[in-house]
Amino acid sequence: MQQHGEQPFFQMSGVSKSYGGAVALDRAELAVRSGRIHAILGENGAGKSTLLKVMSGVVQPDEGTMQLDGRQVSFASPAEANAAGIVCVYQELSLIPDLSVADNIFASNPPRRFGMIDRRAQRRQAEAVLARAGAADINPLAKVRDLPLSRQQMVELAKGLAHEPRILILDEATSALTAADVARVIDVLKRLRAEGLALLFISHRMHEVKALADECTVYRNGRHVMSFEAGTRSDTEVIEMMIGRKYQHAFPAKQSAARSADNLADNPAAALADPSASRPATPVLACRDLAWNDTLQGIGFSLQRGEILGLGGLDGQGQRELLLALFGVLRGCAGTIEIDGKAVSISSPVAARANRIGMALIPEDRKTEGLMLPMSVRENLSFAALDRMSSAGIIDRDRQQRLVERMMELLAIKSFSVDAPVGSLSGGNQQKVVIAKWLIRQPRILLLSDPTRGIDVGTKQEIYQLLRRLADEGAAILFYSTDYDELIGCCDRVLVLYEGKIKKELAGPEITEQNLIASALDLPVGQVSPSTGVAL
Amino acid sequence: MSGLRYWYAENRGTTFAFCLFVLMFAIYLFNYPSSLSANVFQTAANKAVLLALVSMAQALVVLTAGIDLSIGMTLVLTNCLGSWIVTGDGLHSALGIVGVLVAGALCGALNGIIIIYGRLQPIVTTIATGAVFYGLALLLRPVPGGSINEDLADALTGKVAGVVPASLLILLAAVLIVWVPFKRSTIGRAAYATGSSEAAAFLSGMPIRRAKFASYMLAGLLAALGGLFLTFFTDTGEASLGSANSYTLFSIAAVVIGGVSLLGGKGSAIGAIFGAFAFRSIGDLLFVFNVDALWQPLFQGVILLLAVAIGACGLFRVRNRLEWFQ
Repeated sequence: MQQHGEQPFFQMSGVSKSYGGAVALDRAELAVRSGRIHAILGENGAGKSTLLKVMSGVVQPDEGTMQLDGRQVSFASPAEANAAGIVCVYQELSLIPDLSVADNIFASNPPRRFGMIDRRAQRRQAEAVLARAGAADINPLAKVRDLPLSRQQMVELAKGLAHEPRILILDEATSALTAADVARVIDVLKRLRAEGLALLFISHRMHEVKALADECTVYRNGRHVMSFEAGTRSDTEVIEMMIGRKYQHAFPAKQSAARSADNLADNPAAALADPSASRPATPVLACRDLAWNDTLQGIGFSLQRGEILGLGGLDGQGQRELLLALFGVLRGCAGTIEIDGKAVSISSPVAARANRIGMALIPEDRKTEGLMLPMSVRENLSFAALDRMSSAGIIDRDRQQRLVERMMELLAIKSFSVDAPVGSLSGGNQQKVVIAKWLIRQPRILLLSDPTRGIDVGTKQEIYQLLRRLADEGAAILFYSTDYDELIGCCDRVLVLYEGKIKKELAGPEITEQNLIASALDLPVGQVSPSTGVAL
Repeated sequence: MSGLRYWYAENRGTTFAFCLFVLMFAIYLFNYPSSLSANVFQTAANKAVLLALVSMAQALVVLTAGIDLSIGMTLVLTNCLGSWIVTGDGLHSALGIVGVLVAGALCGALNGIIIIYGRLQPIVTTIATGAVFYGLALLLRPVPGGSINEDLADALTGKVAGVVPASLLILLAAVLIVWVPFKRSTIGRAAYATGSSEAAAFLSGMPIRRAKFASYMLAGLLAALGGLFLTFFTDTGEASLGSANSYTLFSIAAVVIGGVSLLGGKGSAIGAIFGAFAFRSIGDLLFVFNVDALWQPLFQGVILLLAVAIGACGLFRVRNRLEWFQ
């Protein structure tokens, strides 16, 4: 493989693809060399996904050519692309929930004996390939449905490796991984590079790109903007290429920055121990000794008007469950929840959104929990507030139209029409719809579960601005994010969860990447190398 | 040990159906009026195997998240066809059997082709094809009649070695020849995968179309085997809309009792077989307790509701209510 090192062995030229009237890819170019990690950068809707789908045989291009080892190729299906050694590890969707891990890894080409699947051999080989993917802790007999999201993505990676690929495409494949998994995956990818594989890598996390990529290609609006050696452009330059305009401050100024700096400079704990010193007496939301199953234990915190409180920590430490518990989804919760100082019991989402509580939850998975994909933007925007736009149970179409239009404008939702199915929007715009449908109710408490996962840089910034504006208008925001940069940039305080307990509360200037990572891993500060952010 | 745990998790539905059947059959045996004999088993087996074959057929389709509402009509059509062609000497009868099985497989294949290439919904497609199959059956047998090779009928509905009902052996053969290879083949796994998440199966490069086609075709084949048995038992062909409809509905009931998820991707044909056995035992139970046969549909309905309710009991343990919707 080494002799291919200099010359690309796979090339795409002039590849275009349109869906209906929308041009997704416009004369795209790509050159892939073996033994290299190649990052593809661009906002959502920049054409990256379509590019990868063309490469991996999921969609067929309208025009243009692909060459593999100097021969022209075309792939009618994912199976054909796999056979040619091009394998894509998807962000979601490609695992079959009711089959076991081993069945999934060898889904299309299981080991066979006498024409039938050899389950024992399959289990052995699955163990080997899981180990190769750095996930030896996963039992190959477990059902995929029963694994947490981060483990599922590791299975996804193992499945890709089982095809013995020449080009391995990772499409946002680290977006649900924990920090420890990302570190392992980075090691695995470096080893694969040393073995001569070509890796194509899409991530919205810039520090991963920096840690890994040898070469970067930027796409914008379906067009190839530029390819360059990694490290030859500054972050600001790269982001400007991606969004096509000058890059400004990613995060809006924190409202309470000045105020909390005063308090926290001398004694960081003061603000927590004595909230009455600088804050209104009654928090909008407070909870004490909240517990559920083994997942949440002794959770206690308070949230003030105008405050953005972050939830940090590794993925799957109870952050999602905490939000679900507050929103009345979990049964059998122990502990007390207080709204405006009065103890309440929130028995269901219906109760949580009622006026006296005024809570809204932006769920983790917008496609299944946030939206009805085939239904229109108008209807999706209306679902959480149908009672506000109807009289005597009949929907008032004028009122609905007014509210919907106001939200479309307020969040700058881009859609051909309010009657277009919400599934036809880009990921970022879909997420805006999920947020907007709750804003119609003007919630006092906004719970967000990783709302920027897998959406583009531009929309992320709009969401940060929006959250800060809502907080300034008096909303109390509880914001779970897997992205440390967001927690640092957005939050006034951050609760770091570890094994279902609040491990650490960081406020103001304490919120740094080192502190977040150290407490997320339950390490004392100082055992984390500041340059890479990876635990030693 | 953990291997056993995963096995149990996968086969919980089948285990439940098996236990339900054993329980009901035990009650039946203990209350049987006269002394037990191999004949009792033989009669019980013959009645149960028919529904078991049709339920296996239904399970194959339901696993792909489809449904075959034409399965009872396929059974009746092949019954009528059998009463014409499975006659005469050994060779003629053998060719006739092959003909009947091929006809059933063709019925299933037609369903499969329309659903896969026409992209029509299984429920609509099979209602339509079911009407077509029943129409053909009526043309074959406007009035009940015909006959079948009687030696063969006696042999296949009798006992082997004086003890084992021959029909049970045929069912076992159907499991070993059709189900086991299916379950352990790439095609079969693709069928499970399609039922569980078709998009994921597609992105994994699995043979979705072949899997669906195989499921529907094998379902037709198994229904034809059932049709042959119906002919052996009754020695006649009858285009009965009533029995076609009840076989379709009972097969779905048996599949549900047997722990096969109507959403697809979960369960096994073995579960459906025990589901069918359990469902058939209801009639026997009513018989030993001298209950009027008029009560049978009512009891069948109650048992079906109970079985489904027990299967759903797990939902009460769910403490994250989002899991209700998955």
